[in-house]
This record gives sequence, structure tokens and C-alpha cells, in this order.
Amino acid sequence: MPLALFWFLAAVALISALGVVLQRNPVHCLLALIVTLLTIAVLFIGEDAIVVGFLQAIVYGGAIMVLFLFVIWLLNLRAEVGPTGHLALKFFGTIAVAAMAAELMSFVVPPHLQVKFAGHAAGYGSIDSLAQKLFSEYLVAFEVTSLLLLVAVVGAVALARRISASELAERAAAIAAQKVR
Amino acid sequence: MAPLPYLMALSAAIFAIGVLGFLTRRNILVMFMSVELMLNAVNLAFISLGSRLGTMDGQVIVFFVMTVAAAEAAVGLAIIISVFRGRETVHADDLTMLRW
Amino acid sequence: MIELIVGAVEAVLMIMVGLHLAIFLLYFERKGSALIQDRVGANRASFTGLGRRLGLPNLGIINTLIADPIKLFTKEDFVPEGADHFLHALAPFVALFPVLITFVVIPFGDTITLGGRTFGLQATNLNAGALYLLATIGIGVYGVALGGWASNNRWALLGGIRATAQMISYEIAMGLAIIAVIMTYGSLDLQEMVRMQGGVWFGWLPRWGIFVQPLAFILLLTAGIAESKRVPFDLPEGEAELILGYMIEYSGGKQAAFMLTDLAEQALIAMLLVTFFFGGWQVPWLYRDGFHLPGGAVLALGPLLVSIAGIVAFLIKVVIVCLFMGLIRWTLPRFRYDQLMRLGWKILVPLGLVNILITAFIVVVAGGAH
Repeated sequence: MPLALFWFLAAVALISALGVVLQRNPVHCLLALIVTLLTIAVLFIGEDAIVVGFLQAIVYGGAIMVLFLFVIWLLNLRAEVGPTGHLALKFFGTIAVAAMAAELMSFVVPPHLQVKFAGHAAGYGSIDSLAQKLFSEYLVAFEVTSLLLLVAVVGAVALARRISASELAERAAAIAAQKVR
Repeated sequence: MAPLPYLMALSAAIFAIGVLGFLTRRNILVMFMSVELMLNAVNLAFISLGSRLGTMDGQVIVFFVMTVAAAEAAVGLAIIISVFRGRETVHADDLTMLRW
Repeated sequence: MIELIVGAVEAVLMIMVGLHLAIFLLYFERKGSALIQDRVGANRASFTGLGRRLGLPNLGIINTLIADPIKLFTKEDFVPEGADHFLHALAPFVALFPVLITFVVIPFGDTITLGGRTFGLQATNLNAGALYLLATIGIGVYGVALGGWASNNRWALLGGIRATAQMISYEIAMGLAIIAVIMTYGSLDLQEMVRMQGGVWFGWLPRWGIFVQPLAFILLLTAGIAESKRVPFDLPEGEAELILGYMIEYSGGKQAAFMLTDLAEQALIAMLLVTFFFGGWQVPWLYRDGFHLPGGAVLALGPLLVSIAGIVAFLIKVVIVCLFMGLIRWTLPRFRYDQLMRLGWKILVPLGLVNILITAFIVVVAGGAH
């Protein structure tokens, strides 16, 4: 992608990422996160990872963030008023994070990480090549991930369901019986 | 194709911002969103390195990271809802007792 | 460079076509519904009154297309007390934007040769056009969600929650239907899919998608109407129960944007149905050099005429499907919320999965995409 476009996208991503951590209203944080995720999806597409870029928009932007939004509604979270957390934590946290960022960049930016780039093969990033890799080399991981999704769905429903009054009474009775013993 | 150092620097910067959010904010949902930021920064690094090396491995790994992040978000949010039902708060400093 | 300019012009053209279709649907809402319900409809507004004096029937064009927009855009823009001003202003345009940008991947013609250069008649030729569709339809949830939340009104919030739940449920059914179509044609590119719907079977039956995937057609029709929140799935804007659902606290231009989203999304679903199932811009028995009628007659046509015939055919098909969806709208009563959720999750999703299984079996057994 042209360099100017990259700078624009990088600026948008950084500003919205800062917006996520600095805003007081959780819904505004969520909107900033959505902008960040979509910008990263566009960066993926610019790197010829077309299918994964669109998948990022579909999965993250279209599904996970809606889940977050529903939870914010359910818990009826309002904008935070007053000081949010300890001043000492914020001060030392910022210094520590700045040091970590400096160290990370000193590791990834200098030329020893340069890789000779020879251009991509014809089907790079297409759904054919992704499927080839997924269903041959990474087949076990694929199947295990689908099992993991099933377990996550069942677990989420089990965790978040409302316990009926009769079941609460049952549990209280069981605890009382244990204590007596 | 953007130059690799800039992409990696962007990834490191977004990761650092995610860590900052996780450390400084005390609202559990915003902490969760910072975790998602960190995951996405790492995804960006995987994709750009995989693209430079010309292999599809980076994209496959990002595919799996995305899927696992979706599962983790579902379970994590269910836990937050459960906790909120009991304690009526999402401020991390108030969630100090496991059981009484 | 010139491809960029042509692409931009085509993109603007497609978005204009989408918006004009939406306005045509708005006219159909007033006068077409009147025709179906055996009443007169809007027929009062007129500039000079000459038509009425001459005894001509008033078609209601000035009423719906001039007076209504003027009314909508000159109304006071009211933000309720305690509402989040930023989100309240942002929501209608976050709702409208994904619908409009989806129009650019829909192919409306084969290629056209002007002045010696050949241009493809699709604003952007994405290899993964179908994935782009799913992505933008997924993003379209946020406008409704934010509109309901930002209004500081519990009926708006209820409408917003119901609308969001409905949209994400039927997105899954839509995705499954689109996956079956992708498997049949073996490509994610929409222009490729339409190209493969040329030709005939048995010498006379055009190779349209609906003969290959009838179940996917029904799934996409139902899920599409539910996704665009039209009757019978318009519970989020249930006029008898929630007044206007998530749009209660909106007036003036913002309400116009929400209404336009509804209608433009209906036009978009119609275009998708035409592209996947009715051959897109393919005219039956028309090939690049002319008509090859069953029976053996060949009618030669110039290439420019063939391209224009394709564009006109596409528009006619889209208008027919839009009118069909309008017919459904004015005939069926609204679904209840639990009926809606049951239909989406317990009926459409299993049907979609069964469809994918059958399609996969046929594709593997018949050897490659057909």
C-alpha cells in the first residue's frame, strides 16, 4: 500500500487505541476499539492477507464487539465519574509501559529483523492457500479449536444463566446438609 | 507493502497501549478491551512477518488466535455477568473477596 | 490511473442507483401499498392544481418525492434530555454507511468497450467479494444498537436490543446460505459467479442459480428480509408496540437516514438475490456476440448493445425482486419476537447446514464446481 495510506491508518489505529484506554464512558471505549479493529483489518488486507483481513472484520468487528455491547447494556454501565483508580498506579504504570514499549521497539525496529522480500506467490492470502494449510498441516489444531468453541459456548451459557429459585433452595439445602455433617 | 519496521513498531505501540489500559483502568470491561487490543497487536505482527517471509503460516496462526479470542471473550463476559450478579460492581478494586 | 477514476465513477454510480432504488421503494410504500390494500394513497400535493382541474388522477409523486423529503429535512433536530449527543448524532450514519458501501461490489454488467478500452462493470473487483458482503452486513448492526442506546428512552433501548439480536441471528442464516452458493460456484468473486450463470441446460433452460440452489434462495430471501428489518420481521420498529422502536427519539434528517437505511438495505438484498440466483446481468440466451435462441436462430448484436442489454436486464430483475419483497411486506403480518428467534435459530440455521452438506456432497460427487 502507498506509504501515505499506511501513515494515515497507523495514526487512526494509535489514536483510537489511546481512546480505548483513556475514555470514561465504556460505550465510547467500545467504539474506539471497533475503529482500531477495523483499521487493523485494513492493514491486514494491505499486507495481501485478504481472507484473514475480512475475517477479522467479520469475527471481531461483527460478533465479539456486539457481545461486549450486549454485556455493557445488560450491566447498564454508565460513564465513570470521579477518579478512576490510584494515581500511583497510573504514574508508575505509565513509566513501566513506556520502558516496555521502548525495549520492544529496540528489538523489532533495527535492521537485523529485515527479511528479504521477493514478492508473493500468485495465490498468497487467497482462501485456497489458507484452506490448504488449515486442512493439511494444521488439521489437528483446527479440529481441537472447533471443540474449544463448542466448550466455550456451553460454558458461557452455563455461567451466565439465571439460577431459578428452586435450584437456589436446593443448593442452600445441600450446603446446610454438608455443614451439619 | 508498508515497510516492516513501521508495521512492527505500530504493533509494539498498540501492545504497549493495551498493557497501559490493563494496568491503569479499574473497570473490568475496559481491562478486557485492553486484552483484545494486545491480542490484535500480536495478530498484526504475525501477519506482517508472515507476509515478508512469504508463508501462509502467519495467517493460519492469526486465524487460530482470532477463534480462541472469540471463545475467550464469550467465557470471560459470562464470568463478568456472573460476578456482577453477585457483587453489583465492575470495579476491580471492589472484587477482592472470593467468598464469605 | 484511469482504472482508479473509472472505478470511482462506477462506485458513485452504483451508490446512486442504490439510493434511487431506495427512493423508488419509498414511493412504492405509499402508492404501491395503496394499490395492494385497495385504497387511494397519497394524492393531495400538487404545485399548480392543473392536473386536478383537468380531471387527471394524482400519482402522488410530488407528495412522496418532493414534499416528504422537504418535510423531513426541515424538521427540528431534537436530541432528548440526558441522551449522549455524540452517539445520538453518530448512529444514523453508522447505520447508513455499511449499506451504501456494499453496493460497490455488485456487478451490473460484463465488460463495456468505450473508445478502445475495456472496462469491467463492477466498481471494485475484489477476489473475496462475498466475504466483503458478510463483513459490511455484520458492521451494520452498530447503527441500530447505538441508536437505541443513545436515546435515553427505555422503549428505544428495547427496540435496539431486539433489533440487534434479530440482526445477528439472521446474519448466521445469511452466511450459511452464501456459503452454499460459494461452494456451488467455487469462487468468492461475485463477477465470476455471474459469469458462470451464463449458458443453458438442455438447450433452453438458463443456468441460473435458483435452479441449482433453491433452498439457499429461500434461506437468503428470508434472512435478507429479516436482516433489513422489513415486515414481517419489523419488530424493532413495531409500530403498534414500540412506536418506532429504536428510531423514536430521532426526527428530521437523522430519521430520514434511518429510513433510507431500511429501504437501501432492502434494495441491497434484492441485488444480492439477483446476483446469486437470477443470473445477475445475464440475459437468457444472450452471449457476447448476440442471441442464440433455442431452436437455432442466431441474432447478432454489437458488443456495446450486448453490454447495455446486460445492465438493463440487471436493473429490471432488481426492480422485480424489490416489488416481490414489497408484496411480501404488505401481505404478511408481523412476527412475534419468540417466533422470530425460533425461526432464525431452530429452522433456518439447521436448514442452512443441511443445505451445505447436500451441496458439498453433490460438488464432490459431480467432480468440481458446476
